[in-house]
Amino acid sequence: MTNSIRETTVSRGFLVIGSNTTENHPVLGSMIKKEVINNGKKLIVVDPRKIELSKYADYYFAINPGTNIAILNGFMHVLLKEGLYDKNYVETRCEGFEALSKTLEKYTPEYVAEICGIDNPEDIVSAARLMAGLKPMALYYSMGITQFVSGVNGVKSTANLQMLLGNMGVEGGGVNPLRGQNNVQGACDMGCLPNVYTAYQPVTSEDNKAKFEAAWGVSGLSTKPGLTLLEMFNQAIAGNVKAMYTMGENPVGSDPNQHHIIEALEALEFFVAQDIFLTETAKYADVVFPACAFLEKEGSVSNTERRVQLMHKVLQPQGEVRDDWWIVMQIANRMGAKWNYTKAEDIFEEIRNVTPSYAGITYDRAEWNLLQWPCPNVDHPGTQYLHKEKFSRGLGLFTPIEYTPPAEGTDSEYPMILTTGRILDHFHTGTMTRNSKVLDENVPEGYVELNPNDAENFNIKNGELVSVSSRRGSIRIKARVTAKTKPNVVFIPFHFFEACANVLTIDALDPLCKIPEYKVCSSRIEKIQP
Amino acid sequence: MDQITLTIDGREVRGEKGQTVLEVALKSGIKIPHLCYHPKISKTGACRVCLVRINGTILKASCVEPITEGMNVITEDEEIVKIRKWILELLLSDGDHNCLYCEANGACEFQSLIQRYNIGEVKPDRQRTVKEVDYESSNALRRNENRCILCGRCVKACKEIQVMNVWSFAERGSGTHLVADDDKNIGDSSCAKCGTCVQLCPTGALSFQTVSGKGANWELTSTPSICIYCGVGCKIDFYKNREGVLVKAMGNNTGPNNGHLCVKGRFGFDFVQSNKRLTTPLIKKNGVFEEASWDEALDLVATRLTEIKEKYGSDSIGSLSSAKCTNEENYLMQKFMRAVIGTNNIDHCARL
Ligand code: SF4
Ligand code: SF4
Ligand code: SF4
Repeated sequence: MTNSIRETTVSRGFLVIGSNTTENHPVLGSMIKKEVINNGKKLIVVDPRKIELSKYADYYFAINPGTNIAILNGFMHVLLKEGLYDKNYVETRCEGFEALSKTLEKYTPEYVAEICGIDNPEDIVSAARLMAGLKPMALYYSMGITQFVSGVNGVKSTANLQMLLGNMGVEGGGVNPLRGQNNVQGACDMGCLPNVYTAYQPVTSEDNKAKFEAAWGVSGLSTKPGLTLLEMFNQAIAGNVKAMYTMGENPVGSDPNQHHIIEALEALEFFVAQDIFLTETAKYADVVFPACAFLEKEGSVSNTERRVQLMHKVLQPQGEVRDDWWIVMQIANRMGAKWNYTKAEDIFEEIRNVTPSYAGITYDRAEWNLLQWPCPNVDHPGTQYLHKEKFSRGLGLFTPIEYTPPAEGTDSEYPMILTTGRILDHFHTGTMTRNSKVLDENVPEGYVELNPNDAENFNIKNGELVSVSSRRGSIRIKARVTAKTKPNVVFIPFHFFEACANVLTIDALDPLCKIPEYKVCSSRIEKIQP
Repeated sequence: MDQITLTIDGREVRGEKGQTVLEVALKSGIKIPHLCYHPKISKTGACRVCLVRINGTILKASCVEPITEGMNVITEDEEIVKIRKWILELLLSDGDHNCLYCEANGACEFQSLIQRYNIGEVKPDRQRTVKEVDYESSNALRRNENRCILCGRCVKACKEIQVMNVWSFAERGSGTHLVADDDKNIGDSSCAKCGTCVQLCPTGALSFQTVSGKGANWELTSTPSICIYCGVGCKIDFYKNREGVLVKAMGNNTGPNNGHLCVKGRFGFDFVQSNKRLTTPLIKKNGVFEEASWDEALDLVATRLTEIKEKYGSDSIGSLSSAKCTNEENYLMQKFMRAVIGTNNIDHCARL
């Protein structure tokens, strides 16, 4: 997030797009509800499903899955046409406006309404006018923006809109991606990406190579960017990747096109899995290491607002489980390294040394203070919101973005759009939530949501077992008939292995960031004939 | 900010304009008993237990009384004690408070005031009715209205923090009681099971299903950590009993959540002590997993990775680290892949 969670009280309004906040980031969802319901702030919601927040919205747009960019362009078209954008901000703090405005020309409310499947184009105009009057307005998004072949462009579009409105670099504004997992932010910050070291320092840079060789006392670090997660699996099938080592990941349950992942794992010569459970993925391993669960260890995590917090050891570890870092260190040392960390804090001290944005954060400070990176030195108070006086690159760059349709269109064989996501009571592949009594009881099994109209057309009753198929596979799952989902769209939460949505999803990737298009593929729903 | 100086119990203290006597007192470490007041919700001014004497004359509820320059506050004198006792006795006689059977025993704000003011046994109010007990309908919350002192904290917790508006008061006078939605069982209501009303309830009227049978409150110890689920990163006080079993999770006020939690952060941690956990290293031999010692498993992995690296090159090895692991663990994994294996083939599920 460019801004902070506690700024909801400062924002005068919110645009929530592609985030079912009350189910996926519930505590923040409640904060937004409080501002809207109890304090009269404005809310605009864009989501293919009638999520809870849509009930409280001043404007709600039930767009077709995969059409975020079109509607964002539509809002911007209106802002330009009516001269409602922040001209002073655009002139003094941004560049690339000309190119953007050219691209936006054709995104008239009527054109956009057609693409997005919205009945009333006038609402786009009214919502844009409302946004223009709400300063500062915060934009929140989540996987509903990013999990598309056009994911990176979707993110850029959100920035275009917020710059046009002059909402970047101000308290209560910003572009605020909500991270789905407790330490996605940290894993990225720590350089668990194929192209960067910690704090996004590119591996291709000779300077960075030299810097890390000196810090780590090694030579010959590779300057060639590595493979992304799905590329690793593709290369395993192609025979180029021979061994894999996973730590706390369950790709068989969480990755698109499950059969393909299993094929890849089976093709490996050697596979090591490290986890707290024998997950669907770990079953394919040659060696499995039992790791400490989060309540059994010390360490730091970084939340969605860049805040670094400490986790503590609450419980005695089960059996012979070990800290993940200890296991990695043991293997490294057996392969010639001479690491001698005795506790997590030793590692953190090294992180500070090589990570400019974390340099000022210590365990002691993080324990007692609210610290958000960048925090370059120990006297620095941390950074509540980014881009305050200027953007990291100087001027904020508008990127003209055209709407492109999802990779897979519907046809007579697969007439329904399938979209996937999370629900309140469960998380990811369910490894943790389905092993927690209350959560498991609340929602014990998977389901597919479909609209009452579709249910009638297909002669499907609520609670009935149906078959859902795509070009990649087919699953059996209970039907839940609800007006939450638009006609022609079905929704499946992806937490349930036995009715696994990822048997169906497509592994088409965004060309830049390689995120899979989980949020939309075409499918068919059928009654199971007795 | 406009600073205001006042005197509480002879001590000079400072506050800001708009603050109440109770807020400034608590901030200055001066205890004034209170029941309906809670810092996380708006002020009610209903229970009157926080009564104080202002400028030597009038008695006021300190939770709603704004501070003024030069104000002189006395938090307790003979008359105040008398009134407080009277209020507490009234509350006690109107309910059924058998601490021996109560989950809140030892952690109950009402109980501790009863003890502090040395209230003896009181006769039940003649108009007292037996009120609703619902221990069954919800798998998360228990409710016993006979312990309810009608402070209204739960109503406001749900309205102002979770913003679900489950609780409200029905009827008036001695018939006043709590209802969920339009008088439903909690289990059938719109309750999202965030547990915030329970966390704020000063008595055992609302409690968690999951704590029963796991030990008395004074046997529990708590340690703060961070929720393992979403990216909000709520700070949580985790309570365990003497046997080392996790008992409950309570929102910590210093985290981004400001004390609030969702259903996952409240009830999502059984998995840590599940008997399905892996507890020893496993090595697959002829297609079946066998338990192994750490040395055996570590040696095998180091040997195989070294062989594969030598035979096919560093880029033939890939690693996935985890958005559920700590910064330190993720850092070390990428360092391992880059410095020891010699490849940038490292990724995690950020995209998923
Ligand atoms: S548990 Fe949460 S949602 Fe349910 S009544 Fe209490 S505060 Fe409201
Ligand atoms: S249930 Fe608890 S919080 Fe609610 S009114 Fe009764 S005593 Fe107060
Ligand atoms: S308690 Fe809920 S909102 Fe908070 S971090 Fe955990 S999952 Fe997210």
